[in-house]
Amino acid sequence: MSAVRVAAISSGEVLNGAAEAIHVENLHKKFGELHVLKGVSLSARDGEVIAIIGGSGSGKSTLLRCINCLENPTSGIIRVNGEEIKLKADSHGHTVPADRKQIERIRSKLGMVFQNFNLWSHMTLIENVIEVPVHVLGVKRDEAISQAEKLLARVGLAEKRDVYPAYLSGGQQQRAAIARALAINPRVMLFDEPTSALDPELVGEVLKVIGDLAREGRTMVLVTHEMKFAREVATHVVYLYNGLVEEEGPPEQIFGAPKSERLKQFIRNIG
Amino acid sequence: MLGLLHSLEIAVGATCVGLLIGICGAYGKLYGGPVVRDLLAVYTTIVRAVPELVLILLLYYAGTDLINQVLTAMGYQRIDISGLVAGIAVLGFVQGAYSTEVMRGAILAIPQGQIEAARAYGMSPGLLLRRITLPAMLPFAIPGLANLWLIATKDTALLAVVGFFELTLATRQAAGVTKAYLIFYLAAGVLYLAVSLFSNLMLGRLEAWSRRGMPSVKDAR
Repeated sequence: MSAVRVAAISSGEVLNGAAEAIHVENLHKKFGELHVLKGVSLSARDGEVIAIIGGSGSGKSTLLRCINCLENPTSGIIRVNGEEIKLKADSHGHTVPADRKQIERIRSKLGMVFQNFNLWSHMTLIENVIEVPVHVLGVKRDEAISQAEKLLARVGLAEKRDVYPAYLSGGQQQRAAIARALAINPRVMLFDEPTSALDPELVGEVLKVIGDLAREGRTMVLVTHEMKFAREVATHVVYLYNGLVEEEGPPEQIFGAPKSERLKQFIRNIG
Repeated sequence: MLGLLHSLEIAVGATCVGLLIGICGAYGKLYGGPVVRDLLAVYTTIVRAVPELVLILLLYYAGTDLINQVLTAMGYQRIDISGLVAGIAVLGFVQGAYSTEVMRGAILAIPQGQIEAARAYGMSPGLLLRRITLPAMLPFAIPGLANLWLIATKDTALLAVVGFFELTLATRQAAGVTKAYLIFYLAAGVLYLAVSLFSNLMLGRLEAWSRRGMPSVKDAR
């Protein structure tokens, strides 16, 4: 399936009138000789929940990390909020962001949640949550604190506000990381396998928080191994195989009536 | 007592200069281009290879001479570089090489995900250094930097050879005049010891503070 056709399909099922928050077109990423993404296109409109699924090494995390340039794409177009990320070639021929300020501005609108939480270990939870609003976005400290308290309460961690991350369970840390992402009032939330590092009994509490966000209409792009969850919350599912979009569509179609042999096998193996 | 004060002035100044060089050096070694990395490798290798006494003599005499020659060549007056400034500059230069390596190791010990998270939220490099990298590396750097500080307090004694009036030189003069060698050298030893003990106390507190987010290692046994 060609990249152009994939893009055409996804714009065919647009929620009426919603603006495009993320637009990725013909994205390539090479790590040295390794060609991880071979021309992937993706689109997320406001209110959509895009789930990216695929086997290990299919390039799904790389795709997500390219959206905010944590990985620099080798070629392709990325638009966030209608603004195209300017890229240039450096002296070694690698593609790098041309405008650091632009990247920083775009990143501060994308709330990223990592597999390994990546909370700042020298800060308490409340300090973690207010860090970006205060120091990057210039919000007043007391405003940021009252906002952060609401967010921590929302993810069920109000009484842990002055605790350091190392003293919390993985599930609590990940919920705090979600509060940190929400604190910047992001245009889009990016989730990079948010439950893969958690003990099985802690997965549920994190999925519940993410599910609530999806239901209230947050735009998100979610890389996940939780197929049941993807089926419940996603508005659109993208199956990556070997650096290409193998199949995509609404969850009922992807999980209920997959067309591609590989996707059928993937769902059988995982389910 | 004036000697002790001078020694401490130099040690504090040299450590500050050394820390500054160390931060820049560690950043350069980790993130700099090939030229910067090579230059820093030459700097840390040479400074750490040559005995400090030799470096002090070299930098003190050759350094001041060089500065004056440059100044004369540019048509300025020769200046008299004070022993204090020269001492701080020389020891700071030496300390910088060691602290570059201490800080490089400490930055490498930070879980890289924390740096990545800061980048992902749009922090500029300066903000990232100030808010995340420096505080997060501190617990890993303090034991090494504490060593450097203690060494710095005693390296000031080497400046006696270039005639700077610090604790050791002051002791030698006092002992020479009074012939009470034992008393004066013992007193100097006690003063150095007192400085070290006080430093240990302060550094212990600083380390405990910097490790505030980390559970005690005893819990992990």
